[in-house]
Amino acid sequence: MAKPSVRVGAAQGFYGDSLDAALATARRGDIDYLSFDALSELTLAILAKDRAKNPAAGYTKDFVPAMRQLLPLARQHGFKILTNAGGINPEAAQAAAVEVAAALGLSGLRIAVVTGDDVRGRLEEWARAGWLGGDLETGRNFGDIPPDILFANVYLGSEPLVAALAQGADLVISGRTTDSAQFMAPLLYEFGWAPDDWDRLAQGVLMGHLLECSAQSTGGNFSGAWWTVPDLDRVGYPVAVCRQDGSFVLTKTPGTGGLVSRDTVKEQMLYEIHDPARYLTPDVVADFTAARLHDAGPDQVEVSGAAGHVRPATLKLVVGYPDGYMGQALVGYAWPDALLKAEAAEAIVRRQLARRGWEYDEIHTDYLGWNSLHGPAAPRPPENINEIYLRMSVRARTAEQAARFGRLFPPLALDGPPGMGGTAGMMPPRQLLGMWSGLIARELVDPFVRVRIEEVD
Amino acid sequence: MAQVPLASFCQARSGDKGNTVNVAVFAPDDRHYRVLCDQLTAERVKAHFAGWVQGAVERYRADNLWALNFVCREALNGGGSRSIRLDNLGKCFASNILRVTVEIPDQAGDE
Repeated sequence: MAKPSVRVGAAQGFYGDSLDAALATARRGDIDYLSFDALSELTLAILAKDRAKNPAAGYTKDFVPAMRQLLPLARQHGFKILTNAGGINPEAAQAAAVEVAAALGLSGLRIAVVTGDDVRGRLEEWARAGWLGGDLETGRNFGDIPPDILFANVYLGSEPLVAALAQGADLVISGRTTDSAQFMAPLLYEFGWAPDDWDRLAQGVLMGHLLECSAQSTGGNFSGAWWTVPDLDRVGYPVAVCRQDGSFVLTKTPGTGGLVSRDTVKEQMLYEIHDPARYLTPDVVADFTAARLHDAGPDQVEVSGAAGHVRPATLKLVVGYPDGYMGQALVGYAWPDALLKAEAAEAIVRRQLARRGWEYDEIHTDYLGWNSLHGPAAPRPPENINEIYLRMSVRARTAEQAARFGRLFPPLALDGPPGMGGTAGMMPPRQLLGMWSGLIARELVDPFVRVRIEEVD
Repeated sequence: MAQVPLASFCQARSGDKGNTVNVAVFAPDDRHYRVLCDQLTAERVKAHFAGWVQGAVERYRADNLWALNFVCREALNGGGSRSIRLDNLGKCFASNILRVTVEIPDQAGDE
């Protein structure tokens, strides 16, 4: 018989997120599952760069330290862990996890890896066959992107994760899964939901969506009365208490900071969503406009009613490729005339660029204290503002062209307008990455998805 | 009727997908939600983000949350991994939209 409720805790919302809340939930959250979402569009690019330097790398560097702390707690408290921290090299992450678990004496622990999302080796064949159309945003043909591809991954749904749990996995490691998959897979496994039970799957996706960005549903990045949210220094991450019918209560671990209310939860509901009545995932097309939220007590929000429609016949494919470099520099100017001085410095730099004949695809100027975050919508500050930082960035073809841009700035301290300070040293060039995203038929991907389990000796 | 900034009564959150930014604006109640539905049009939002949003703006309603969701295309200087702006992930579009002002009609029965 299925459990009456399943408790899923959120461990991480992105690569680099704090582990404090996950540890609190592991110790005191009374959870059945602890789920990570370690990947963003940007993360795969970072991990691809790691792998380019070292073939054994390509999974998140915080994965092993996290497992070292969490695996003993998982065994002690009886919960399972799902994570897509495998990134671009999930098999290497599995090997590392097995090593850590063995060193901790966790014999019998079953560690699963899901593969099949990495499709670099098949792109050429797909392109030749005409199966790759235009980019979803720009319509750009796949054949028109540069050939030196860094990664190519398909967003997998929860199916292989459910299969791993059914094979007795205690830890499930994957690469590019859709953000909500790690969170909803336990519900399909525990409650035995049918793969076409669209309404329940939509509730599962909604639960995953509310958990996948850690504190963004428990009071972090809250645009309401943010100053009333208590104890963000020890903010708790969300925990969902899920029922067989798909409804769930969103809460957080007792004794942690933050706030779970209708107002904090609803902001996350539309985060990175386009049409809220048709949220496309590999598992289901979810209609969040049918969902109901209500405050069910302190730090408890009841969520029900999301509706589902048949899942798409295609999966999303994202291909990343190198696309030049950013060079940048930052210098500060003090009162009086802080902004006028910063503007004069910008003009000097632009004239020097022209005189040297240094050309860039784009030159961008920000004045920190005025418009670096709101851009053209920000009104010009008063003339007596205390200080303004000039930040300039360029889009360059090569790393060297990007790097030399920054060298124009230190001389401004002696050669330019008065009162310059706050230079934080030269900023190294940053590689920029282009992304091509398209759709690919499920049948071309699913047969290559594999689950492999290793048991710790 | 005075022009009131959205910041005085709305919540908002924004995020990125590729070169697209979505900005969700939440009204505190049905009365204010109707004000948003009437006045916070896709055209208004496109005009507010002039210079930063190069593409189309689509508006979606979430009546259950008293919320409008604006999907802004070509909004992120090429996308999070390609942008040379400081807010490369579009997180500040949310606070930015709260600068927009609307007229709140007097409530029926108000003196």
